Amino acid sequence: MPRPLEPVSQGTRLLLGTAFFVLFVAAWAWATFGGYVSRTFLADPLTMLQDGWVLLTRFEFHIDIAVTVWRVVGGFVLAALLAVPLGIVMGAYKSVEAFVEPFVSFARYLPASAFVPLLILWAGIGETQKLLVIFIGSFFQLVLMIAVAVGQTRRDLVEAAYTLGASDMSVVRRVLVPANAPEIAEILRLVLGWAWTYVIVAEFIGSSSGIGHMIIESQALLATGQIIFGIIVIGLIGLISDFAFKALNRTLFPWRLA
Amino acid sequence: MIHKLLIDSVSRVFPAVRGGVPVQAVEPTTLGVAQNDFITILGPSGCGKSTLLRIVAGLDRPSGGRVLLDGREVRGPGADRGMVFQSYTLFPWLTVSQNVAYGLRERGVPEGRRREIVAAYLERVGLRDFANHFPKQLSGGMQQRTAIARALANDPQILLLDEPFGALDNQTRALMQELLLGIWERERKTVLFVTHDIEEAIFMASRVVVMSARPGRIKADLPVDLPHPRHYTMKTSPDFVALKARLTEEIRAEAMKVAQAH
Ligand SMILES: Nc1ncnc2c1ncn2[C@@H]1O[C@H](COP(=O)(O)OP(=O)(O)OP(=O)(O)O)[C@@H](O)[C@H]1O
Ligand SMILES: [Mg+2]
Repeated sequence: MPRPLEPVSQGTRLLLGTAFFVLFVAAWAWATFGGYVSRTFLADPLTMLQDGWVLLTRFEFHIDIAVTVWRVVGGFVLAALLAVPLGIVMGAYKSVEAFVEPFVSFARYLPASAFVPLLILWAGIGETQKLLVIFIGSFFQLVLMIAVAVGQTRRDLVEAAYTLGASDMSVVRRVLVPANAPEIAEILRLVLGWAWTYVIVAEFIGSSSGIGHMIIESQALLATGQIIFGIIVIGLIGLISDFAFKALNRTLFPWRLA
Repeated sequence: MIHKLLIDSVSRVFPAVRGGVPVQAVEPTTLGVAQNDFITILGPSGCGKSTLLRIVAGLDRPSGGRVLLDGREVRGPGADRGMVFQSYTLFPWLTVSQNVAYGLRERGVPEGRRREIVAAYLERVGLRDFANHFPKQLSGGMQQRTAIARALANDPQILLLDEPFGALDNQTRALMQELLLGIWERERKTVLFVTHDIEEAIFMASRVVVMSARPGRIKADLPVDLPHPRHYTMKTSPDFVALKARLTEEIRAEAMKVAQAH
């Protein structure tokens, strides 16, 4: 029996992780090929792959993927560019926090997807509207989580910096920021995942391209194979970006693992 | 007498916590420190040693009284008072040499000069081969040595040490005492060193200040006239033993008070 918190080897980890995917697909295949679930509602894995192939070769689905990725990244980068500095200032200066925090906490619970109709009225159905949905969905979350992280910086490190002659500005720049950089990167990774759900919803309505658009079109055609293919593509992109983020964090913050 | 540092009737009362009573951590305390003094502050746990040191560092404000360094009132922390903390406070994202260079960078010392100073202090605390390690990769003793080097490299007027060796085993602790004393004998910094270890207090000090149980105040102030350079064998000399016996009595009386109060 494994014991609590006992680490597992890299090989075992990979094996176990893959095993889950295999089991999942096996259960899916069993349910569909075995006829336990109607085809109309759930395509089997092979049909899904075929549909995906058709999407890619005949309907230029790769362009939809690229459009969706661009929207997520674009909206998210915009949000991050503003949210990271604001979050740091909020965490560092309690008066700024007192001023902004109540509103941000409120805004954080406004569902980004509910803004879609409103944003269509304001910004039309162009790219601006899609970017704005993602911006609204991620900006407030980022600000709040980063402010909390920065606010929890170890006080003794800040005090040590002061006794070494640091100024207030330099405490922010040379203690609060580097001390929380890994945490901030982790928050970005997390919220980027959420941004994916907003983009799909934004693409359901008033969009002529993107993965979400394809999914909503396929629904009208009862093409569950295509829908599932779209969902799996999103999952795969998420998995890849997650890996990339983790690898980047490892190289950027070696002191964390040291 | 002109004092390097004057703690002038400094007191500290912490406000009541959730319906309790306010805690008087330090009673009005006056202590003059001459240039090049090595003063150890000895007292039972919770008697306000850290509080007093933090006030001198400018990290905490006194409720009454003031602290004068070279005749100027201390109003906040600054590079003229280097501090080594009771807890490990190296910056985890910086390597050992970057940690030691922190204050120098802060003051805008040019790169080349900075490297020389860092190398010299790493050599002095015996960490030359660990310059590029991160704090996590060091033992507790090595981390405190780095913290001492970090404070010294900044060339402070006065060095404040808050039980820097408190978490170390006896052998390492003894080695660190000799190391720090060796540095002091060479550089003659003014030092305030907090400890609750009697032997350590005598071995390091030119003066031992004994604090009473909470609320802390100075109960005894004894010069230590043992010759320099000091060697660990001195800890068994008759003078040393006599001093130790005397301080043990003082501290024991205070510890008893604490025990009876609870
Ligand atoms: N921030 C604070 N708020 C309230 N009370 C405090 C605070 N800091 C310290 N105290 C109180 O002040 C008293 C002295 O604390 P201090 O840390 O100075 O003791 P110390 O002599 O350094 O003890 P030790 O040897 O255990 O480190 C304690 O009784 C503690 O309860
Ligand atoms: Mg203490």
